[in-house]
Amino acid sequence: MSNWQLICKLDDIPQLGARVVRRPSGGDIAVFRTSDDKVFALHDKCPHKGGPLSQGIVHGRRVTCPLHGWNIGLDDGRAVAPDVGSCAGFKVKVEGGEVFLAP
Amino acid sequence: MSKPRLVLIGNGMAGVRTIEELLKIKPGHYDITIFGAEPHPNYNRILLSPVLAGEMQVKDIVLNELDWYRDNDIALHTGKTVVKIDRAGRKVISDDGGEEYYDRLLIATGSTPFMLPIPGNDLPGVIGYRDIKDTDEMIDAATRHRHAVVIGGGLLGLEAANGLKLRGMDVTVVHLGPWLLERQLDEVAGQMLQKSLEDKGLKFLLQKQTEMLVQGESGRVAAVRFKDGMQVPADLVVMAAGIRPNYALAEKSGIYCNRGIVVNDTMQTYDPKIYAVGECVSHRGIAYGLVAPLFEQAKVAANHLAGYGIGRYTGSVTSTKLKVTGIDLFSAGDYMGGEGTEEIILNDPCGGVYKKLVIKENKLVGGVMYGDTADGPWYFQLLKDGRDIHDIRDSLIFGQNLVGDVGHAGNNKAAAMADSAEVCGCNGVTKGSIVRAIKEQGLFTLDEVKRHTKAASSCGSCAGLVEQILASTIGGAYTPAASDSKPMCACTEHSHDKVRKLIVEEHLTTKEAVFSELGWTTPNGCEKCRPAINYYLISSWPNDASDDPQSRFINERAHANIQKDGTYSVVPRMWGGLTTPSELRAIADAAEKYKVPTVKVTGGQRIDLLGVRKEDLPAMWADLNAAGMVSGHAYGKSIRTVKTCVGAEHCRFGTQRSMDMGVKLEKMLFDMYSPHKVKLAVSGCPRNCAEAGIKDVGVIGVDSGYELYIGGNGGIKTEVAQFLCKVRSDEEVMEYSGAFLQLYREEGWYLERTCHYLERVGLDYVKGKILEDDDGRRALHARLLDSLKDARDPWATSREPGAIKQFIPIAVAVDA
Repeated sequence: MSNWQLICKLDDIPQLGARVVRRPSGGDIAVFRTSDDKVFALHDKCPHKGGPLSQGIVHGRRVTCPLHGWNIGLDDGRAVAPDVGSCAGFKVKVEGGEVFLAP
Repeated sequence: MSKPRLVLIGNGMAGVRTIEELLKIKPGHYDITIFGAEPHPNYNRILLSPVLAGEMQVKDIVLNELDWYRDNDIALHTGKTVVKIDRAGRKVISDDGGEEYYDRLLIATGSTPFMLPIPGNDLPGVIGYRDIKDTDEMIDAATRHRHAVVIGGGLLGLEAANGLKLRGMDVTVVHLGPWLLERQLDEVAGQMLQKSLEDKGLKFLLQKQTEMLVQGESGRVAAVRFKDGMQVPADLVVMAAGIRPNYALAEKSGIYCNRGIVVNDTMQTYDPKIYAVGECVSHRGIAYGLVAPLFEQAKVAANHLAGYGIGRYTGSVTSTKLKVTGIDLFSAGDYMGGEGTEEIILNDPCGGVYKKLVIKENKLVGGVMYGDTADGPWYFQLLKDGRDIHDIRDSLIFGQNLVGDVGHAGNNKAAAMADSAEVCGCNGVTKGSIVRAIKEQGLFTLDEVKRHTKAASSCGSCAGLVEQILASTIGGAYTPAASDSKPMCACTEHSHDKVRKLIVEEHLTTKEAVFSELGWTTPNGCEKCRPAINYYLISSWPNDASDDPQSRFINERAHANIQKDGTYSVVPRMWGGLTTPSELRAIADAAEKYKVPTVKVTGGQRIDLLGVRKEDLPAMWADLNAAGMVSGHAYGKSIRTVKTCVGAEHCRFGTQRSMDMGVKLEKMLFDMYSPHKVKLAVSGCPRNCAEAGIKDVGVIGVDSGYELYIGGNGGIKTEVAQFLCKVRSDEEVMEYSGAFLQLYREEGWYLERTCHYLERVGLDYVKGKILEDDDGRRALHARLLDSLKDARDPWATSREPGAIKQFIPIAVAVDA
């Protein structure tokens, strides 16, 4: 059962950028927007050393962690080889220009 | 609709590399079929010598496992030899009668060992040295026989001899030439090599011509007889007298051959549907037998097979390295010299070191190194770059260290390092783990080593050391690209140099235009190319291109330095290192109000407030702005600080007002975006308390004016700044240093510090632009001022609507 919450307008997230969603507990979620306006949500914590992925450079379907440059796949949360690791993903959708997250 | 069919004949390194390159740039374009005569998947032929020497196993040298073929939908036929190419019917026919149609055919049939045309060359126990089968046969012979003769004292012959000796055989090397490796070494180095191999127990017969191989009672070869009547016992004879391009199949099929399959600069044969790469090819009359050129060919062929039509192969300068453990030998280019060349020689026979550099018209064209090859890759890079060396000529022979320190506790000789020695101090990577990765993963380039091991991927100061390890592990397979042709990143073939030139020439002002004009392979680049392109656009077209924050690293987007825990540091600018009680009070107030855990004085004469939460940044900046302070840009590829000493304002030794000068320079350069960070210093007298000798621009006051120094660096690579000129007035200091920095902004590659820029272009070039061209200098300075005319404090602009969003997290009420 999904518990969709409206978090912001699509235009509140820059293309090839991200916003941070703060939860009361459980850690921040990073919500990314790609150049073709697809939206993805990941735990805002790099599997390497916990860097905030929301602050990374977004390219294609990936984000580069700002701390040590690991590349993480936006759709599966997995580190791009040869690095190994993954972070949790969350359900997110865009309807009528608004972004909904199921945290 | 079915895909076009691509058939590859030859499952070796050159052919499969071409397929890999093709899959990288245009995956899924072809249905691919590969024929290989050997029963193995593609393996690293270069590492057969370590296998023979017992240092590696066959399974370690496989480059593409069978899974790779399967994962890429490639039909692989091992153990099948193609016997006919039916060009009219566009099909190939293999020895089992199978047929395969093609739309494009790639021939990579390699070479075969040259078997001397002498009686007995077909006896049992007589072999060439080319593949796994030969290697197995040698290993097997070593367990059952005693005497081995290797015919040919070239690279392959010596590696074979060394391996057989290590496996316990009594080995004699027979060589027709006057010294060993006469195609790679001059006489002195050849004799030094022979001496060290003799110390390892090998025997040599030079200038001996083999007459015949004598058959023993068992039917196997028993001895080698020479023209002079001498005879030596031999239970195993390895022919290593050269290789011959394997082009019989192509020739038989009517493809034009001339000591190799003749190809043009796109690796196309005379039949436009057929391409050829590797040792079977004759390109501009040369057939290459080393692997590095083959990889360059593979790249070009792949690009044309993909239909992009970009890239020409124009021949290779090759280097060689002997893979015999314990012997350091490196040669490259034209090491023999000749008409119009000069030589610089260092010869220390007792110390076992010999170096010869061959120079032509102030450029390095070749070199031989024996005993100390640490600088081999560096020399090779200078050679490939065609860098004018006359300014470093006096210390060139002593290597890169004498030209500039690279740190690492004197650990610059990769071959001599223990496996447990740490190479990359940032990521804690040892030599052993780098060597293992190179061998096990089949790595050939610095970038691959960086990706797999993380060595040299942080500060990059050990890159030279990693390149040496690469060179000593894979030998001749290692060839760095010329610096100005190294691709910017995996998204493109274009180098920094090329991208920047095209941005200027084609008046490109957006990243999208760059991606489409230059054929980027990714939709919006990657973390490496995007910041670089953003910089090139803005620095080339300051009035037309607009900044793309999403192409900036987070520090430049958030105008603060990200820390390991995701907090930020805030550094207010203190012009020339000067501050006031009220500024200090405002800083103290801000530190308390925002609960800053750490307050630190920086090396650039200002104060760092560490541990600030991102959402507090705009308010904190507003407080600091209100007290008259602006961003210190301590986070950017930009002007950082102008460090000053007290100078003539107070100091009893001071000759110039250094604080004043520093403030003026810092105000001129405020908000300057550059390829990398830029630091200045102004000292009031030659005692140089502001340490101007290790700054990008250092200014030292003297009684009659100022001395200007450029290209200094106190960081990764300690580099003393070089004297540029002496000027009289403050205005001249601004004009000359501004002009140099603008030159660097216009020509420096992204992430290239001034010291690296200067090393690349040479001090004389910069002097020509700044000192010898008055109009040019003034124009450079004017362009710098023009691009900075609208400079605004990023701390102030970050509070504007739109810009502030990134600092505000979105709150949700419900937990997961």
